[in-house]
Amino acid sequence: MSPKRILAVLLSVLASAALAGAALAADLAGLIANLTAGGFGERETAITALAASGEQRAAPILEALASGQLYVRKSDNLVLIGKPDGNQLSLTEAISGKTAGSGTEAELDRVRVNNRLRGVIEAAVGSLTLMSPDARVRRGAAEALFKRRDAASLAALDVALAAEKDPRIKRAMSEARAASVLASDAPTAQKLEAIALVRERADRDSLGVLDATANSATDPEVKAAAAAGANATRQTLAAWEAAQNVWYGISLGSVLLLAAIGLAITFGTMGVINMAHGEMVMLGAYTTFVVQEIIRTSAPHLFDASLLIALPLAFVVAGGIGILIERGIIRFLYGRPLDTLLATWGLSLVLQQAVRSIFGSSNREVGAPSWMSGAFQLGQLNITYGRLWIVVFSLIVFVTLILVLRKTPLGLYMRAVTQNRPMASAMGIRTPRVDALTFGLGSGIAGLAGVALSQIDNVSPNLGQGYIIDSFMVVVFGGVGNLFGTLIGALTLGVVNKFLEPYAGAVLGKILVLVFIILFIQRRPRGLFALKGRSVE
Amino acid sequence: MKFGSMMRTGMVAAGLLAGAAGSAFAQGAPIKVGILHSLSGTMAISETTLKDVMLMLIEEQNKKGGVLGRKLEAVVVDPASNWPLFAEKARELLQKDKVAAVFGCWTSVSRKSVLPVFEELNGILFYPVQYEGEESSRNVFYTGAAPNQQAIPAVDYLMANEKVQRWVLAGTDYVYPRTTNKILEAYLKLKGVKQEDILINYTPFGHSDWQSIVADIKKFGSAGNKTAVVSTINGDANVPFYKELGNQGIKAKDIPVVAFSVGEEELAGIDTKPLIGHLAAWNYFQSVKNPTNEAFIKTWQTYTKNPKRVTNDPMEAHVIGFNMWIEAVKKAGTTDADAVIDAMIGIAVPNLTGGLSAMMPNHHITKPVLIGEIQGNGQFDVVSSTALVLGDEWSDYLPDSKDLISDWRKPMSCGNFNVVTGKCGGKGK
Repeated sequence: MSPKRILAVLLSVLASAALAGAALAADLAGLIANLTAGGFGERETAITALAASGEQRAAPILEALASGQLYVRKSDNLVLIGKPDGNQLSLTEAISGKTAGSGTEAELDRVRVNNRLRGVIEAAVGSLTLMSPDARVRRGAAEALFKRRDAASLAALDVALAAEKDPRIKRAMSEARAASVLASDAPTAQKLEAIALVRERADRDSLGVLDATANSATDPEVKAAAAAGANATRQTLAAWEAAQNVWYGISLGSVLLLAAIGLAITFGTMGVINMAHGEMVMLGAYTTFVVQEIIRTSAPHLFDASLLIALPLAFVVAGGIGILIERGIIRFLYGRPLDTLLATWGLSLVLQQAVRSIFGSSNREVGAPSWMSGAFQLGQLNITYGRLWIVVFSLIVFVTLILVLRKTPLGLYMRAVTQNRPMASAMGIRTPRVDALTFGLGSGIAGLAGVALSQIDNVSPNLGQGYIIDSFMVVVFGGVGNLFGTLIGALTLGVVNKFLEPYAGAVLGKILVLVFIILFIQRRPRGLFALKGRSVE
Repeated sequence: MKFGSMMRTGMVAAGLLAGAAGSAFAQGAPIKVGILHSLSGTMAISETTLKDVMLMLIEEQNKKGGVLGRKLEAVVVDPASNWPLFAEKARELLQKDKVAAVFGCWTSVSRKSVLPVFEELNGILFYPVQYEGEESSRNVFYTGAAPNQQAIPAVDYLMANEKVQRWVLAGTDYVYPRTTNKILEAYLKLKGVKQEDILINYTPFGHSDWQSIVADIKKFGSAGNKTAVVSTINGDANVPFYKELGNQGIKAKDIPVVAFSVGEEELAGIDTKPLIGHLAAWNYFQSVKNPTNEAFIKTWQTYTKNPKRVTNDPMEAHVIGFNMWIEAVKKAGTTDADAVIDAMIGIAVPNLTGGLSAMMPNHHITKPVLIGEIQGNGQFDVVSSTALVLGDEWSDYLPDSKDLISDWRKPMSCGNFNVVTGKCGGKGK
């Protein structure tokens, strides 16, 4: 072949490729124009058409649409994908994928989607991404198709199954295929096979598929098999549900423990009825908020560590204010429980209104660091990382506190003053100082609880009010002055509450727990574990 | 210049003469307007904003010269989220301060608490929050939504657009959610939904541990048919509820949640990215695009000196109510309660969604119903909107109230006229 001919062939190949490219782009442009015009109904048709076109660019465009990042520029009607970049959006052209500078929301019209369209897009993207090189994307696509159970995706699944190597993804795909078979009009034998496959999953999603099949199938054999599968799945799930209730109970118990453990010190060992205890928790939560605000504005990369930074600060803030309260008010009121109760209650109102004046009355957003977001699956148990860390954290606080009381000089002084004040004083212990430090320790721990609670509750001035009654309940139930009693009390109340809730409802559940505690206190006035010794006066 | 200022003086004089129809001594004395919203306690989170918006409206009106040639003066009291205190403060406003009208209350229980006071002392109350209906008083103007202006269209939307067949009605345990759910349950059954496809759940105020309830919803929703949650959960409990939904991975496209008490203000404390697509039904959203709304948002953000401050539905209700009251006072030529109450009916003012809202003879107003989906930025995208709907105070779906109507025009002047017996005074209030 002469060099000239080679060049000619090369040129013609290039030209035809360019031509094909142009035709594709024109096609895509038409599809996308349909996507951005008209109402939700027309948009749905356009999405299906775009997905069916098999275009390379279809998946990223549809994904941008689903996440609300597809825009039309007002000035030139160009369809763009906008990714947030500070206050601006960095733009790429939807059709070509070329970057197109940046812009603000005001210059662009967002292409709107609703829930229905998001579902349609997910299924459409699902069949487009079944062949993705990324294993996690393929698996997600298979899961989405399983839930979607649409006979139309059978073809795509068959192709993907033939190409798939990873056994786990292959399994997910065959399950998705089985679910799709059940939605199609396949012969009975195939459907029975599909039911057997789906049944093995034994989770909520497969129960949904089986129930739907049992309801809609016309063939009695398929109907019976699906119903039997659904029943077996239900039994498995019932066992998991009990386990789940125990976990939820422990989780609720750990929150109660965190809120009550500081009170176990101030009320339990010092005998001070501190109605402002909840506000110490609230101060801890607001400290977390302030720390996060500072980190957001000046050191965003530290965000994941924000809670760890907030912990010592919350301890110091709440503990410091606790010491001030003890020195300023409570020490004049020892031995007058009613006066202490009223004074600290007034104080709690003052603290709430002070926070309201400084931070405003609306809720403040405290973000979750990445290691506390999301959940993982343990069998059929859905365990959220946030709750898991709170359980771990409350146990750490508990053990640390026990160690402080047992192994440090401060703990020794505290126990001595609690057990026999005049004798401790005679031995040279400065009892007023120990009182202040004890109260500060109790308040500081409440501050730590606030950091944890900021993750699951509102950070508002009323945060503490919700916990004060529960905290007293836990301490009284567990036995005043006994830390182990507080631990057992909190966990018992948590688990009992969670087992009652599904049957009695949240309102009646709470009432029953309260009645139970009242009856219990009638039988054992000093709680689960009565402490022998004497509290302050 | 000189001529102009003379003209202006003349006009002011004319205005003063016109205003002098009542008492010559009232000349120039400001008209007092009562604001009865909790500034402390649990409800402060929602109600403080309404106090601010009222102060702003009064300031704006005074810039325009007040009304009847007199300035307006706000009298702010704090009922501290304490229901009996609402009644005491209302009495104080009407008897001691002699206010011409009161704008206030949020929870239904606070409204029920002040109602006898307003009826006894013949005051005027503008109530700006969506409520359960089943009430009509001559002294109260309801500018919030009745159930047919919020709950029922929302359910219709989910049925038509998301093909929902199973329903979870979750609410806080008090009068508004209980009555609304009763109406919804009757309505759903009328639409052929079976009893076993409805799950009703109540939680206490400020409930914070949603783990098992959200798990229950998940379980109820995995029974094969499309499920939705209709939430009348109120106040602080919403934040942990939505956090738990996000944590347990309930996506809006699997189980959408439509809320009646969650607006822009409530979302301000939550990261809304996991909540994209969950819905809310209101008569107003901040994201509605039209010049009136944009001007209002701008005035509000300038007034509060916070360019990120959000607006919400009850604020719009106060805007409508306040403008209606101004028009009624102008029409009546006096602030006398009886004259203003009669003048109110038929008054139409622009709402913030680009239309006109009118006060109807049952003391409820006409508003469009909007369904919005939560976006990642804490705002709502409107996915459905209706024409103007008139608030129906006596629900057609409850056996006790379906025969009742309310018409405060003379000569009927009755809040609970029974169309079957033809007598005033049926069941209910």
